[in-house]
Amino acid sequence: MSWWLPLQGSTFAPQIDGLFIAILIITGLAFVIVEAGLIWFVIKYRGRPGRKGHYTHGSAKAEVIWTAIPAVTVVALGLVSNHYWKEIKGRDSIPADAYPIGIHAKQFEWQVTYPGPDGQLGTADDFTVRNQLHVPVGRNIVVVLTSEDVVHSFWVPVLRVKQDAVPGMTIRAWFQATVPGEYELGCAELCGMGHYRMRARVFIHTPAEFTAWMQQQIQGGATS
Amino acid sequence: MSGIAAAAPAVHAHHDDRSFIRKYIFSTDHKIIGIQFLFVSLFFLFLGGLLAMQIRWQLGYPGRPMPGGGILPETMAPGGVILPEYYIQLVTMHGTFMVFFAIMPLLVGVFANYLIPLKIGAHDMAFPRINMWSFWSAFTGGLVMFASLFVPEGAARAGWTMYAPLSARHDLSGAGLGQELWSISIVLLGLSSILGSLNYITTIINNRTPGMTWFRLPLSVWALFITAILGLLALPVLSGAAIMLLFEQILGTHFFDPAAGGQVLLWQHLFWFFGHPEVYILILPAMGMVSDIVANGSRKPIFGYHSMVFALVGIGFLGWVVWGHHMFMSGMNPTLGSTFMVTTMIISVPSAIKVFNWMGTMWRGNLRFHVPMLNAIGFVAMFVIGGLSGVFMAATPVDMPIHDTYFIVAHIHYVLFGGSLFALFGAITFWYPNMFGKMMNERWGKIHFWLTMLFFNLTFFPMHILGMGGHMRRIYDPTQYNFLKPYQPMNTFITIAAFALFASQLIFALNFILSLRWGKKAPLNPWEDNGLEWTLPTPPPHGNWDRPPTVYRGPYEYSAPQVAEDYLPQAKKLPTDREPAAAPVAGH
Repeated sequence: MSWWLPLQGSTFAPQIDGLFIAILIITGLAFVIVEAGLIWFVIKYRGRPGRKGHYTHGSAKAEVIWTAIPAVTVVALGLVSNHYWKEIKGRDSIPADAYPIGIHAKQFEWQVTYPGPDGQLGTADDFTVRNQLHVPVGRNIVVVLTSEDVVHSFWVPVLRVKQDAVPGMTIRAWFQATVPGEYELGCAELCGMGHYRMRARVFIHTPAEFTAWMQQQIQGGATS
Repeated sequence: MSGIAAAAPAVHAHHDDRSFIRKYIFSTDHKIIGIQFLFVSLFFLFLGGLLAMQIRWQLGYPGRPMPGGGILPETMAPGGVILPEYYIQLVTMHGTFMVFFAIMPLLVGVFANYLIPLKIGAHDMAFPRINMWSFWSAFTGGLVMFASLFVPEGAARAGWTMYAPLSARHDLSGAGLGQELWSISIVLLGLSSILGSLNYITTIINNRTPGMTWFRLPLSVWALFITAILGLLALPVLSGAAIMLLFEQILGTHFFDPAAGGQVLLWQHLFWFFGHPEVYILILPAMGMVSDIVANGSRKPIFGYHSMVFALVGIGFLGWVVWGHHMFMSGMNPTLGSTFMVTTMIISVPSAIKVFNWMGTMWRGNLRFHVPMLNAIGFVAMFVIGGLSGVFMAATPVDMPIHDTYFIVAHIHYVLFGGSLFALFGAITFWYPNMFGKMMNERWGKIHFWLTMLFFNLTFFPMHILGMGGHMRRIYDPTQYNFLKPYQPMNTFITIAAFALFASQLIFALNFILSLRWGKKAPLNPWEDNGLEWTLPTPPPHGNWDRPPTVYRGPYEYSAPQVAEDYLPQAKKLPTDREPAAAPVAGH
């Protein structure tokens, strides 16, 4: 069992994890200050008979300090986050050369459509594989998400990619995988009683492997 | 003028000749209505907990027969083994009962009703009969929701957030009538909240006793005032959405069906436009009551009273412009995601201000660790964790991996259980003597607090780790996924901790019930508090005061140098005090 984040399997996984760690450090500091302060006050100012509290209604200076510090911190965090957000999910962020893969979600399976030899979705040489996502490393991929019935969510933990698939919408999400291996794709949005088993295998191939797999699929398709 | 002794209670002397039904069932007395809400919502709190235990059983021991599960029908748990279709009903109804029928009515139904008139020196609510209808409307809603567990195909199956189209079409969810009953129940609940909110707002504006100026209001009343405004504006949106969903279910409208020109995201926008103000409805009253209790327990004026009020008001405004942070992954335009991220980041500031002011209040105090104070400190300590974990999901890139995982489940429980419920344990213990004339047992109260604190953290803290590992929410069997199999020991650990947490709550339940009969008789003002409610006998009579009390100062004058004791009640007249102007509204 891992006590930490999963393997970093995409180009933006280190960025997302880095931001996660930055927030962990900032909030961890706030956490320690507050909890240690509480414990300290509980011990130091525990009630003793015949004593009164210190009669004060507050301090404008203190209010300014503990309003300004959190405000500046969270706005800065927001700006940094927005920089990455635009790179990862912004409408213009999808690289022009990204290799398209169609993913149609339906209760309770993922229908993955590959563009075939011409590299274009929506042409005659497309082929569809159920519950298997094959992608090459080192290449920008754009998944084109649609849904048959209800809201599903495309979620590959090692890629750090999550994107809902919504009926009536075509949503694009891109990534570039970096570590070959076999992983899992799960549905992250409650989609009915089979939600828990809406699972697909994810194969991150080396370019040579991917070409070989693609070749095999095309020939298999032609012979059938 | 009788000088210093003027605070002597002036109560109704006349005989109360209302029939039992008018007095206890169809009562218009705000205190009885508050207590009605208390009993009903504690029942739903218990029920919600029972559902959670079944969820935890399935996650801790997937596919194993649940002890005692044999009593469930074949369609839910044959041989005690929970079915996937029953599991999603469990998660749906646990969320629904806890949010709508336990925490919300406990905070607002109970304490807005009980405290507002007593704390502002009013005889009753501005509209006592509307208030009665508010309770009976919520009660009927609760009954309908409860009944939905027993209809064929069982309760609703689309999660408490009821995302369309799953919630709208039985052919997709496999649900039956339970789905419609959910919508009907929510409409009734919405009606109740709207009626209640109108009443609280009107009462606070119009019925304050002479001398009770806005900035002498206890923070509990301020918080309930802002909460009522949020409720009045947010619940109509939920009711409207629930009616649309009902039409979709029974009339075949296509509001959320893209094949017929509808929009799937419309439901999400409507739901969360209500849903985020709702989050603050579920925490602001807790913050208000904790402020009262922390000042009392610290024997010090609240630190930065005005900051506390402005923070509440700030949350009241900002709470309307953050709903999109629930939808970062929904396919909503990512530029909107940027906007909602910034507003969400900013709304953490007022919460931070409140935490620091609670600490400022304890600083150089003379702390009394009575049970309400322990729970209030517990609230601050746990709310901090829930608030800080919120920063992770507010940052849109980090939300990508943790959205819809157990990280979110951990977050919401740190806020709603660690926050709101700890505050409620404190508040119920604090005002119990006022409600019932008896004290709850102190020793068992402390044992309950420490066990709850321990098992709460053992249950919910590890969920952050599960969420970081990618563990999705609402999945019936995590062992279906290879990457989640290593986490199974942790799921089992959480389940055991959750059972212990549930068992610890039985201590509170027993303490509550047994103290009604065998509790120590409450003295006048048992906590040596400054609030107006403690100038009355316990429990206060119908109509509260014969003559409205007069208020001479703010609510937090603890350890004031003018008097020898370390508290100075709002209604106590010192020789230096002048009489305030007449009541804010003629005919009070």
